[in-house]
Amino acid sequence: MKYGLTKIAGALLAAGFAFNTAAADITIAYPSDPISMDIHEQLSGGMMQLSHMTFDPLVRWTQDLQFEGRLAEKWERIDPLTVRFTLRKGVKFHSGNDFTANDIAWTLDRLKTSTDYKGLFEAFASAKVIDDYTIDLVTTEPYPLLLPMATYIFAMDSKFYTGVDENNKDKSAIIKFGNTFASNNMSGTGPFKVKSREQGIKWEFERFDGYWDKQSPGNVDNLTLVAIKEDATRVAALLSGDVDMISPVAPNDHKRVKQNNKLELVTLPGTRIITFQMNQKSNPALQDVRVRQAIVHAINNEGIVKKIMKDFATVASQQSPQGYLGHTPELEVRYDLKRAKQLMKEAGYENGFKLSMIAPSDRYINDAKIAQATASMLAKIGIKVDLKTMPKAQYWPEFDKCAADMLMIGWHSDTEDSANFTEFLTMTRDEKTGMGQYNCGYYSNAKVDKLVNDANTETDTTKRAAMLKEVETILHNEAAFVPLHWQNLSWGANKKLNMKPVINVMEFPYLGDLVVAE
Amino acid sequence: MFTFLLKRLVQATIVMLVISLVAFAVKDNLGDPLRELTGQSVSEAERQKMRTEMGLNDPFVVQYKRFLINAVQGDFGTSYTFNRPALEVILDRLVATLELVFAATLIIIGLSIPLGVYCAINPKHGFSKLVMAISSIGISIPVFLTAILLMYVFSIELGWLPAYGRGETANWLGWESGFFTLDGLAHLILPAFALASIMLPLFIRLVRSEMIEQLSSEYVKFAYAKGLPQRRVWYLHALKNTLLPVLTVGGVQIGTMVAYTILTEKVFQWPGTGFLFLDSIQRTDTPVITAYVIVVGLIFVITNTIVDLLYGLINPTVNLTAKG
Repeated sequence: MKYGLTKIAGALLAAGFAFNTAAADITIAYPSDPISMDIHEQLSGGMMQLSHMTFDPLVRWTQDLQFEGRLAEKWERIDPLTVRFTLRKGVKFHSGNDFTANDIAWTLDRLKTSTDYKGLFEAFASAKVIDDYTIDLVTTEPYPLLLPMATYIFAMDSKFYTGVDENNKDKSAIIKFGNTFASNNMSGTGPFKVKSREQGIKWEFERFDGYWDKQSPGNVDNLTLVAIKEDATRVAALLSGDVDMISPVAPNDHKRVKQNNKLELVTLPGTRIITFQMNQKSNPALQDVRVRQAIVHAINNEGIVKKIMKDFATVASQQSPQGYLGHTPELEVRYDLKRAKQLMKEAGYENGFKLSMIAPSDRYINDAKIAQATASMLAKIGIKVDLKTMPKAQYWPEFDKCAADMLMIGWHSDTEDSANFTEFLTMTRDEKTGMGQYNCGYYSNAKVDKLVNDANTETDTTKRAAMLKEVETILHNEAAFVPLHWQNLSWGANKKLNMKPVINVMEFPYLGDLVVAE
Repeated sequence: MFTFLLKRLVQATIVMLVISLVAFAVKDNLGDPLRELTGQSVSEAERQKMRTEMGLNDPFVVQYKRFLINAVQGDFGTSYTFNRPALEVILDRLVATLELVFAATLIIIGLSIPLGVYCAINPKHGFSKLVMAISSIGISIPVFLTAILLMYVFSIELGWLPAYGRGETANWLGWESGFFTLDGLAHLILPAFALASIMLPLFIRLVRSEMIEQLSSEYVKFAYAKGLPQRRVWYLHALKNTLLPVLTVGGVQIGTMVAYTILTEKVFQWPGTGFLFLDSIQRTDTPVITAYVIVVGLIFVITNTIVDLLYGLINPTVNLTAKG
């Protein structure tokens, strides 16, 4: 009978007799679903989306990359090492427990034991609980990225996750390849609770009655998150009305979504930079800055964006996208074939040389096509490229060995900060500090190293910006790497979903605030 | 019969051992599972620590021995993405795959026999020529194209059927299936037709050629001479004998269809084993990959054995012991 009633309701809705209620049920499709219910098990896009749906961070990013308080009402730096947060009162966890400063301290301690987060939270000492609603986050050195990192501190219900489960295992344990209490049970403060989940297929969420944020305009009651891996199927599901929102929309399908009058396509310039590294260790020719410049000048990245990416990317001349502290607008895109040939001649490689190149074929948008285009562009200045593309599962072990002269890598800064790019991609490799972990160019410049290290303890934003801009300029002048473009982000959705206010460049829409028109 | 089964069992064990060795040997070339398990900023030292904990740094022989000992006890390792036993994950998904294969089988049987028989009886009729032409084209169109075309026409343009997934399921006599709900059935139609399209042309041709052969045989001529009505000769005498070889060939084909669902499942996001297998390859979830290869290998071995047994039952002149 219940089923019959829903059918009748559905038919009435379809016939235009829409009920005047504020509630809405929607289905969203992403390529894959979160792999666990434990938000500290992995740092990935899917897990961040889950965190923002079921938990709340201390502060979160706004669309223009500023901060807004969530569980923190306000915050102030009380000394170079300490920021004091005043927490929101009256916040409840899904379990019914009250949220207090102890939960934040507990969460921070847990983050410091997580494989994926411990590196990012290295600068943090334990938190100091002043009273139930005041907490000091203390760092070991003056730390400019304290607020960006606070966007990762999603309060976990310390009472709920303390103790042992029925198998006598610690409830707070984080194990990536095993069953834990936290990977199957959840209690956060977020707008949604997990109703059911079939891993790899779908997750069902329902709105949490006791959600603290009464100001939130969000009116989604039941939200289903489904995984649809195939690009064409995901778009088909949106076009046929099986799902209400998808992300990403493959560049080839943009036109079809735009042409459909029930649907809306929203794109944002993204922050993931796609680059080629030039391995100075495996190919001595690349030690010559003129050769590296020649390569950068020979690659028409504007053409790549236009022809291969169908304008679904932003041409890059540096690592930092617009809005980041280190973004230096003066740095220009360098494509100039004549200059490239001249540089090759000056370096004594008039007749060119051979180099090997590797790229993944299923990691970034059109990655293999970009690599092929680049290889043919380099042929114009006499560089013969031996290109190998492979699936990412095989690519990363090769990349870890730096097993070619030119290697493709894309990078998104986990801290939404310029220094992060340099730390991982262009700083001198150092096993001990972990700097330059993905620097297969073996580019090394003491000045760059010093500038980034100094910037990481500089809390004055103006001074820090100057340092990071100088880094970008040096990398540009020395052609430390080949910048290609920043990948754009895309969402396709039914027009009744008011998507624009909730999306952001981090690719985790704040779905708790999503408004669905009747 | 018993000796045959015993021999088969020994052979099957050897085959399974070889399959397990191959499945286990390729896993190291599939990539590094740690990449998918960890975020980008995790240090190499941290990754090495995890590899050691997971036993991935042990020599091949040690790993294989450990795998075999566990596998004999039914433990194929724990999936890295599901955090559950790999075999359990596969068996869970196998229900969806079998449902799809079953639906496709119904379509194949329901269409191939009438069409094949019709084409055999009226070889010169225009409709027969059309059926044969379409089945020629059908056999040469890859399944993912059929699937995308079906999806384009029936879900995007006409909006009649859902484009992806399995839909609602209901439980009947302990069988959790989409056959028992309208929503589940609607979700089944497109993938089942796409999957059936691989084998359907083959079956139509098989039924047709067998039927033609029977129709020109001595006993059919004799039946006509005896004055039996034409319909009785066609549908009782000839059809019965047509179906015998179709059953044996068909049995193998349908048994192996479980392994051919990969592309169909991929396009329709059907949550079965084929889709799981592809997904696991992309995520380098090696325990699931190894377990899948072994399970599929086992299905092949079992179907072949059953078909051999059936052969013996249908045609008692086949000597099973000699065959084994």
